[in-house]
Amino acid sequence: MSKEQKKDTNFANIVKNALKSLAFPLFSIIVSIFVAVFFVMWAKGYSILQYFSALGDLFGLIYKGGFGNTRVTFVTVSEVTPLIFTGVANAIAFKCGLFNIGVAGQFILGMLAAAFVGTIPGLNPVIHIFLIIIAGFIAGGVWGAIPGYLKAKVGTHEVINTIMMNYISIYLANFLVLRTGFGLAGKSTTATIQSSAQLYRFVSGSEANISIFLAIAVAIFTFWLLWKTTVGYEIRAVGINPHAAEYGGINIAKNMVLAMVLSGGIAGIGGATHVAGVLHNVKNFMSLPSYGFDGIAVALLAKSNPIGCIASALLFGTLNSSARTLQLNGIPKDIVYLIQAIIIIFVATDYIVKYFSEKKKKGAIINE
Amino acid sequence: MSSVILINLLAQTLRIATPLIFAALGGIFSEKSGVVNIGLEGMMVIGAFFGVYGSYITGNPVVGIFFGVTAGGVLGLIHAFLSIHLRADQIISGTAINLFATALSSFLIFKLFDGKGGQTDIVTGLSYKIPDWIKNIPFLGDFLAQLNWFVILSIILVFVSHYILYKTPLGLRIRAVGEHPKAADTLGINVYKIRYLCVILSGMLAGLGGAALSLGITPLYREGMVGGRGFIALAAVIFGNWKPFGAFGASLLFAFGLAFNIFAQGLSWNLPSEVYNVIPYVLTMLALAGFVGKTTSPLADGKPYDKGSR
Amino acid sequence: MEKVIEMKNITKVFPGTIANDNVDFELLKGETHVLLGENGAGKTTLMNILYGLYKQEKGEIYVSGNLVNISTPNDAIKLGIGMVHQHFMLVHNFTVTQNIILGIEPKKGFKIDMIKATHDVKEISEKYGFEIDPNAVIEDISVGQQQRVEILKALYRGAQILILDEPTAVLTPKEIKELGTIITNLEKEGKSVILITHKLKEVMSMSDRVTIIRRGKITGTVKTKETSIDELALLMVGRKVNLTVAMEKAVIKGEILKIENLCANDQRGLPAVQNLNLVVNGGEILGIAGVDGNGQSQFIEVLTGLRKPKSGIIILNGKNIYGKSPRAIMSAGVGHIPEDRQKRGLILDYSLFENSVLGSHRNAPFSKGIVMNYSEIRKHCDDLIEEFDIRTPNADVNAESLSGGNQQKLIAAREISKDPELLIAAQPTRGLDVGAIEYIHKRLVEERDKGKAVLLVSLELDEILALSDRIAVMYDGKIVDTLDRCDATEQKLGILMAGGALSETSKGVENNE
Repeated sequence: MSKEQKKDTNFANIVKNALKSLAFPLFSIIVSIFVAVFFVMWAKGYSILQYFSALGDLFGLIYKGGFGNTRVTFVTVSEVTPLIFTGVANAIAFKCGLFNIGVAGQFILGMLAAAFVGTIPGLNPVIHIFLIIIAGFIAGGVWGAIPGYLKAKVGTHEVINTIMMNYISIYLANFLVLRTGFGLAGKSTTATIQSSAQLYRFVSGSEANISIFLAIAVAIFTFWLLWKTTVGYEIRAVGINPHAAEYGGINIAKNMVLAMVLSGGIAGIGGATHVAGVLHNVKNFMSLPSYGFDGIAVALLAKSNPIGCIASALLFGTLNSSARTLQLNGIPKDIVYLIQAIIIIFVATDYIVKYFSEKKKKGAIINE
Repeated sequence: MSSVILINLLAQTLRIATPLIFAALGGIFSEKSGVVNIGLEGMMVIGAFFGVYGSYITGNPVVGIFFGVTAGGVLGLIHAFLSIHLRADQIISGTAINLFATALSSFLIFKLFDGKGGQTDIVTGLSYKIPDWIKNIPFLGDFLAQLNWFVILSIILVFVSHYILYKTPLGLRIRAVGEHPKAADTLGINVYKIRYLCVILSGMLAGLGGAALSLGITPLYREGMVGGRGFIALAAVIFGNWKPFGAFGASLLFAFGLAFNIFAQGLSWNLPSEVYNVIPYVLTMLALAGFVGKTTSPLADGKPYDKGSR
Repeated sequence: MEKVIEMKNITKVFPGTIANDNVDFELLKGETHVLLGENGAGKTTLMNILYGLYKQEKGEIYVSGNLVNISTPNDAIKLGIGMVHQHFMLVHNFTVTQNIILGIEPKKGFKIDMIKATHDVKEISEKYGFEIDPNAVIEDISVGQQQRVEILKALYRGAQILILDEPTAVLTPKEIKELGTIITNLEKEGKSVILITHKLKEVMSMSDRVTIIRRGKITGTVKTKETSIDELALLMVGRKVNLTVAMEKAVIKGEILKIENLCANDQRGLPAVQNLNLVVNGGEILGIAGVDGNGQSQFIEVLTGLRKPKSGIIILNGKNIYGKSPRAIMSAGVGHIPEDRQKRGLILDYSLFENSVLGSHRNAPFSKGIVMNYSEIRKHCDDLIEEFDIRTPNADVNAESLSGGNQQKLIAAREISKDPELLIAAQPTRGLDVGAIEYIHKRLVEERDKGKAVLLVSLELDEILALSDRIAVMYDGKIVDTLDRCDATEQKLGILMAGGALSETSKGVENNE
C-alpha cells in the first residue's frame, strides 16, 4: 500500500474507531434515560401517553438546573470538578485490572491533608496551594498503596480491602475532627484554612473555583501517562494480559502497587482541592462522600479513558447539580442515582457484547 | 461490672448483630456456590424499606417481613441474572445493585410516603411479649425479655444454614459447585440452577436482615439507616471463614463493639467510639491478609462458569 | 469373548481437522485394551465420544451388542461406562467419600447418610484392593491415591467399562506398578479397561491388546504378547513425508548455553524438570523432541525466567542466568517465541506497533526516560511488517485481528530483531498454514547461519527432523539422549520419546532399515 493510502485508511480508521467507542456509552445513556423517564412519570403522576412530556420535563429541568443561569452553572462546575478527579482515579485503577472501590476513602484522606496543611500560617499562596496538592496526593496515595501492596504481595482482593479502608477512613477522620486538637473545640469541624490556601473563586459567593482547570489538567496528564509513556504501557499491559506482561519483562506486583498509588493519589488531590476550593474546612462525616462511588460510574461510562472522564463527569455533575431543581419541580433527586445505577448495569451488559464477539473469534481461530 | 449491665450488654449485642447475621448467612450461600455478592448492602436497603412499606399498607408487620424478603429476593434474581447468565463482572453487578437499591428506596419514600426529611412514618413493628413466668426467671428471664423475634429467628437460621450446607445433599452440591464447578457438572449437577438458587436466597436473607433492622428497633425506614451493615456482613462472612457459625461469631464480635460503645459512653469510659467502630474493618483486613488464621474462600468464587470451556 | 464395546466407522470433525477418520474400535469383556498414539492423534477424542462429551459426525456405537445413543456423560454412566480424565475432577477440600457420592448421595430423611456412604466406599475399595481412607481429604492424599478415588467414583456408579486417560502421566514408578495391580484386579472382577497412553513401556506391561491410531486413522490392532516396542513405535510414528528445508552444513561457533542438573517443579509442586543437562552451540539448531507433558513447558519457563527453578546451573555466554527475572534474561541476549502466542506472546488488545516492542519498550530508541517514542516504534513495526511479510492493513490494528500465522510472524519478527544470542522457539509453527510454517523455518535457519544458537522445542517430529542439527529427546523431565541429525531416524526417536532406550533394540533397528 502506498503511503498516501495508508494515511487515508489511518484517518478513516481513527474516525471509525472513535464512533465505535462512543456507541456504547451513548447507548447506555439513552437506555438509562429511557427507563428513568418512567420513574419521572410515576413521580409526577403522568399517564403513559405523556411519555414525551415527561422526557421533555426531565431534559428541561436538567438543563435548567445545570446551566440555566450563571449561579447554577457555577454550582455545576463545582460538582463536576471532584467527579473528574474520582473518575480518573477509578479509570487508572481499572486500566490495571483493579477495582479501586476505595476512592471515597482516599478522597477523605486528601481532604484531611488539605485541612491540615491549609492551616499553616504565613505562606505564599502559590507555595501553599502547591503544598496542599502534594499533601493530598501523598495522603491519598498512601491510603491506596496499602490495599495495593496487600494485593500484590499477599494476593488479597482489593475490592474487600478498599471497602474496608473506606470505613476506616471515615472513623479516622471523625476521630481526628472530634477528638483531637485538629478539630475546633466544641465544634464538629476543623479550623478554616488560611486565605493563602484557598483556591481562587470565579465569583465570590459561589463555590466554583479554578480547581476545575487542575482537574482537566490531571485528566490530560493521566491520559498522557497511560498512552504515551512506558509507565502507562506497563500498567495497561498488566491490566489486559498479565501473562504476556510478565513475558515482556514487566513486573506485575510493582505495577499493581503503582496503579493503586496513582489512583489513590489522584483521588487525594480531588479531596484536597475540594477542601481548598469549596469547603475550606473538614466536618465530621456521616457517610462516605458520594464522589467516590460516582467516580466508578464516571469511569465505567468513559470506558476508563481519562479524557472521556471529563465528558462523563460533566454528565453526572450536571445531573447532581440539577438535583435540587428537579426536587423543587416534583421529581425526586434520586432519579439521578437511578440513572447512574442503570448506566452501570448496562456496562455490565457490555459483557454480553464482549461474550458474543469472543465466541466468534474462538470459531475463527480454531478455523486456522 | 454488675450482672444487670452485663445482661443488657449481651442482649443489646444480639439485637444489633441480628441484621448482620441474616445478611451474612445470605452472603455465605451466595459465595459458597461461587458467586461474589457485593450487593448485600443494597439488598438490605430494599428489604428494610419494603419491610416498612408492607407493614404500612397492611398494618401487619409480618406482611412487612414478607415484603422485605421478597424485595431482597428480586434484587438477588437481578444479580443472579447479570452474573450467571450474562457473565457480567460480579463486582460491577453488585455495585450497581447497591446504587440502584439506595436510589429506588429514596425515590419510593418520596412517592409512597410523601416523605419529608427522608424517612417514612412510623409503622407497626413486630411486637414481642413473653409470658411473665419466663420473665421472672433470674438472669435468664431478664435476658430473654430484652430480645425480639428476629434475634431468635436469626439463631435458628444459623443452625438451619449449617445443617443444610454440611449435612444435606443440596449443601454438598452447593459447596462442590463453588469449589470445582466442572467436577460437579461432569457428575450431572446443574451448576447454573444451584447458583441461581443460592444468589436469590442470599437476596432474601439480606432482605430479611434489612427488615429486621427497620422493623425490629424503631419501626420506620430512614435514608442511610443501613449505613454499611451490608459490608460489615460481608466482613463477617470472610472473618467467619464462610461458615455459618463462624459468621455468627464474627457478627457478634462486630456488634459487641458497637454495643459496648453505647455502654462505655454511659459509663464515661474514655475510648472514643470511632475505635470500636473501626474494629470490624481492621479485623477483616487482618484476616484476609492471613494474620488472624487462614481464610479459605471457595475456590471458584467470582468466576463465571462456562459450560463449553475445556 | 463378548464384545462389550464396538465403535464402527466413527468420524469426528473439528474446524480444520478430521480428528477421527472412519475409526473402528472394539473392546472385549475382561480385557485391558490400550489406545496408543502421539499427541493429537485422536485417541482422547474417540474416548470422549464414547463417554458422551462429544458427538460423532458419523458412525455407530454398540454396547454389549445393542446400538446406543450417547449424548451426555449421564447416558454413558447409565450404560456402565466410566471415565477417569487426565485432569482430575475432584473437589480438593472434600473427603474421598464426599467426592465419590457427589450427585447420588445416599439419604436418610433430609440429610446425607454418611455412615452408609462411608461403609459402601470402604466396601468397594476393599473389593478392588485399593487402600483408601474414606475420610481422607483430597488435597492431603497423593496423586496416585487421587487417581484411585476417580476410579472408585466410576465403580461406585456401577461402571463395567473403565476408560483411563493417560493414567500414568502423573504417577511415580511405584504408583505405576500399583496401578498395574489395580487393573489386574479389575479384570478379575469382570471389568473391561481402555487405557489411553503414549508410553510404550506401560503398554507392554499392562495390556492385552493395543490399537494404534495415527492422525485420526487406525494403523493397526495387535495382541500385546505378539508385538514389540519397535513395532509399536513404527505404527505410532510411521513413515511421513519429510518437510525438507534447504540447509547448509552447520558451522559451530562455540558453546552459548550450558545447563547442568536443572531441577524445577510444576504448578502442583511435582517435579517437572529432573536433573536436566544440555548444551546449545552458536551456529546450530538444537531440536528438543518429546511427547507433551514431559517437562518441556516448565523447562522453557525456567530458561526464560517465567518460573523459579529449584536447583541447577544455567549459563549463557559465560553469564549466569539461573533464576533471574525475564527482564534480566532478555537483556542477557535471549529471545523467546512462546508456545502460547495469545497468552504469552502478544497483548491481543494492543495494536501491532505496541506489541512490536513488548519487552524492549524501555530501551532506546523506543523510549527515552519514561516517554515513549512512537515514531521510532512505528518505524520499527513497519520494518518488521515489511521484512516478515505480515499481512495487515496497517500497524494500528489490534493484534487479535491478525490471523494466527501473521501473529506468529509478528512475534518471530520481534524476537529475531532483538538480535539475541540464543533464540528459543517453542512450538513455533503450531496451528499455522504451510506458507507461514515455511517462512518461520526459513528465518530460524537464517539465525542459525548467522551464528546464533537456536533452541527448538516442538511436538512435531517432522519439524524437528527437518530443522535440527542435533536432536535431544526429553522424557520424564530430562534429556535421555542426544543424536546428531544424520544418526536420527523416526524410529529411534519414537523409542526414546516413549521412554525406551536405544541400545537394547539397536539390533532390531538395523534389521528394520
